[in-house]
Formats: sequence, structure tokens, C-alpha cells
Amino acid sequence: MNHANLDVVVEAVTVSYNNGHIAVHDASFRLGPGMISALVGINGSGKSTLFKTIMGFLTPAKGRVLVAGRPVREAQKANLVAYVPQTEEVDWSFPISVHDVVMMGRYGHMSFLRLARAEDRRLVEESLRRVDMWAFRDRQIGELSGGQKKRVFLARALAQQARVILLDEPFTGVDVKTESAIIALLRELRDTGHIMLVSTHNLGSVPEFCNHAVIINRTVLASGPIGEVFTEENLARAFGGVLRKFRFNESTVGRHDDRTVTLISDDERPLVLGKHGHLEFAKRTEHRDLVEKRENEEGR
Amino acid sequence: MDFDELLAPFRYDYMLTALWVSALIGGVCGLLSCFVTLKGWSLMGDALSHAIVPGVAIAHLAGFPFALGAFLSGLLAAIAMGVVRARSALREDAVIGVVFTAFFAVGLYLISTNPAGISLKSVVFGNILGIADEDVRQVCAVAALTLVVLALKWRDLVLFCFDPNQARALGINTAVLHYTLLTLLAATAVAAMQTVGACLVVATLITPGVTAYLLTDRFSRMLGIAGAIGVSTGFLGAYASYHLDGSTGGCIVVLQTLLFLAAFVFGPKHGVLAGRRRRSEAAQI
Repeated sequence: MNHANLDVVVEAVTVSYNNGHIAVHDASFRLGPGMISALVGINGSGKSTLFKTIMGFLTPAKGRVLVAGRPVREAQKANLVAYVPQTEEVDWSFPISVHDVVMMGRYGHMSFLRLARAEDRRLVEESLRRVDMWAFRDRQIGELSGGQKKRVFLARALAQQARVILLDEPFTGVDVKTESAIIALLRELRDTGHIMLVSTHNLGSVPEFCNHAVIINRTVLASGPIGEVFTEENLARAFGGVLRKFRFNESTVGRHDDRTVTLISDDERPLVLGKHGHLEFAKRTEHRDLVEKRENEEGR
Repeated sequence: MDFDELLAPFRYDYMLTALWVSALIGGVCGLLSCFVTLKGWSLMGDALSHAIVPGVAIAHLAGFPFALGAFLSGLLAAIAMGVVRARSALREDAVIGVVFTAFFAVGLYLISTNPAGISLKSVVFGNILGIADEDVRQVCAVAALTLVVLALKWRDLVLFCFDPNQARALGINTAVLHYTLLTLLAATAVAAMQTVGACLVVATLITPGVTAYLLTDRFSRMLGIAGAIGVSTGFLGAYASYHLDGSTGGCIVVLQTLLFLAAFVFGPKHGVLAGRRRRSEAAQI
């Protein structure tokens, strides 16, 4: 598959339910190779509806979704799309081993009878080793910790060898170590030209690993490179009144440099915005282009 | 009771037929019960086993194979449930309750107004000892079909039960799998009606599966255990009913329930005693 041809196009998609309620209206965006895109919005913003539409679980009333220029069903048959479910969606008491779950990622490559060949077994082992779960291959899936559970389904997506991977709330119920491992893996996949769409409500972690974002509230409010769309204005439109915001215009206790900002958060990563409402990153070095751009703007 | 008496059932042709047909149906239902319980279709199995009754009655009146009639009415009931579910805000259990009792009532009415056709008793409680050769052939056809489909497609059906979204994401047609499983369920319910009757069909489609579930955490082993439970309880239940002079269906299901209770209490991992042992060990540490 030629990487240059790979893209996900959502074109003027409107999705409505049986009762006439319109969940998503006229949503459009495009994802290209090497993008890790965050799909962010509040509950009820149509985030999961849009996600399901891209997976082909829901059919849009208007508009269309194309993966590599093909309708979703065809792209799925060509094994282009993988899906990492939310932890709550999985039946963890099902009598199935870690190894067999990952093998299910290979079904699309197998014949009618789904008999595993040597190549399938090799890829299952490779995928499990990549997420550091090979030692747990014979465990029943319910006997794993939250982070391990997530990694099993990530391994399944790897074994499927799909170019487009959709992840639904990948960091919910996950320990910090697994979160870093998942982020490292997503970056590797990004560097080999995969497309990843991550549905998340954890805003703070988005700048850590996403280079693109789609902000949604009933329709697409903004989509594009993370530094451009993750602004205070866009986020206020998407999350208005839902997020708690702390503004530090100056130090509250001392007369030291008021540009230094420290946020401590026990649960989820905080999102930090700079003085003019634009995004701050944890590491400056990874975002040289943006730093230069901002310096030019301020120099003006 | 001497040895000769123990072998007595094997001297009668009708008993020999009852023994192997019960074992065959028990085995097929046992295999299918794994899918039914893991898919959460236990109530659906109960509904289908009652919904096939009007089909049996009409088939006898119109003179076509009872399996066909039962099968069509079972499928009609499944579709009716699907439609009511999709077009109303009612909960699934209420929809199933409304539809299957309606079908069963129609069946009862049809049978009661045509007493010469079929006996209500044999439909509701089964009549394996008096099974006609034609019915044996139909049961065998249903069993063979079910075994072939399961042999070819069990992996896809497991995926469908475990993670239907992943099945869709792989481009597998889940509607086909859904109706395949529903069809197998209706077909085996028809067959099991012959041995245990419409009332107890649901037991043979659930109990072996949940018993096996308590004994293992691998699906392939669960299939083996549930199939073995179905075959052995079918055979032994029919055998015991000869000596006890009791209902065959009753004997088969009581045996299955005893095995379930044993697994529930003594199961190595999921049993009550194992759970208590684990808790006391955890408390000591």
C-alpha cells in the first residue's frame, strides 16, 4: 500500500437516530499519513457517534466517509482499519486467552475456516512482544490489570496490520507506565505512516502525543495541527462551562518571575495554555516550528 | 437388580432409538449452549422454544414436515421481536415476553381445536419413546446441519459473541452471523422438543454451557465439556427414565442440573468452595 494514497476523509457527514434526533451535523475533516489525531468533545457532543460512523457501525444520513478513497466497508475488508475498544465494552469474563484475542486480529487475513498459519502465529507473537505482554499470553483476559488489558487490544490492532487505527478512550483506567508505553507505541506507528484517531476526554494528554486534533460539538468546530486548533477560544466553544480553569496571571505569593507556571494534578494531565490562550507543550524541543512561528508573531 | 435387568432397555428397538437420538440431540444442544450463554441469549432460547409450537401445529394440520413449520415460526418470532425492539422504547426482556407468549398461545389454541392432529402433551413434554421414524430422520438432518455449520464457522461465531465490533471492523458480515446463530438455535430447539418437550428445551440449551463455563476458561474446552455433558445426560437420562418409569425430559434435565450443582460447588476455579478457599488464603496473608 502506497502511504501517499492513505487518508481518511469525512465529507459533510450528518448522522441522525431513528427518533429524528440529529447527533452530528455536516462534519468534515481529513486525516493523512503520520497523523495522530485527537477527537475531543464533551459527552453528548456526537464524539462517539462520529467515531462509530468512521468505523462503519452507523450509516450517515448525508455525506460519506472514505478510507484510502474507498467506502468504509471495502476498506475494512481490505484490513485497512483496526479498532481498539473502550475497556467497558469488553466482556472480561469471556473464556478466552490473551493469545486468542490477539489472534482474532488476524481473522481478516485468514481463509474461510480461520485456521492460523505460521505467519499468523509469528505476527501474534511479535505484536504481543511489542506491547510487552508475551509472558501473559496464556492468561484468561479477566486476570489482567487495567493497563495490561488495554495493551492486549493494542496488540490485536498491531497483529491486524491495519494502516488506520481508531482508539476509543485509550487512557481510561490505565496506569502511568502503560500510558507512556502506549504513547511511545503510537509515536512509532506515526513514524511509519499510520493514521491514528484517538477519541479522548483527557485534554491534558493530547498535546503529549497528538499532532492533530478534531474538536467537535455536534459538528466539527475546528480541525488541524494541534498547535493551531487547541486554543482557549476553540476549547471554550467545545467545552464551555464544563472545564475547570485556573488562570495564573501572576504569582499569588511572591514577587518572582510570573511567567513560570506550575500545575499539579493528581488524576489526569492538566492542559496548559499560555498568556495569549495558545497551547503550551511539556517539551519545547519537539515543537521548534511552532516556537519559531510564535516568535515571529510576537516580533511583529 | 441383576445384570440382565440392567441391559433390559437395550432389547427394545424403541428404547435403542430413544437412547441414541437423545444422546445426539443432547450433544448438539450442549455445543450450541456455549454460544447461547456467552451471547446472553438464554431468554431468547426460552422464547424460541415456545414460539415454535404454532409452527408444529400448522405443519401437522397442513401436512408438511414439522421441522420446517417449527423453524419458520421460530424465525418469524425472532423477526417480530427484532421489529418491536427497534420500533419501540420497550426493554428487551419485555419484548421477548410479549412475543413468545403470544406465539405459544396461538400454538396451544391450534392444537386444542384439532385434537386428532397432535397431542399437546407430546409437544409440551416431549415423546422420545414414541418418536416416529420420519421424525427421527428430521432430527438427524437438523443435527447434521448444525454440526456442519459449527465445524466450519465456530471461530467466527466466537468472535461474534465476544466482540461483534471487531467482527465488523474486519469486514465480516455480522448480520449473517446473527441470523446463522438464531437459525441454529431455532433448528436445535425443534429437535430438542422431541426429547424433552417445549417446556424444557431451554434447559438443554443453557445448562451444559453454564456448567462447562464454571469448569474452564478456554472456549474450545468449554465446547468439549458442554458437548460431553449433553451426550452423556441425553443417553443416561433416557436410560434412567426406562427404569424409573418417568418422563425422559425430566430425567435428562435433572441429571444436567445435578452436574451444574456439582460444578457450582466443587468447580476448581469458579466454584463456591474454591472461592471460599481463595478468600481465606488471602485473609491469612
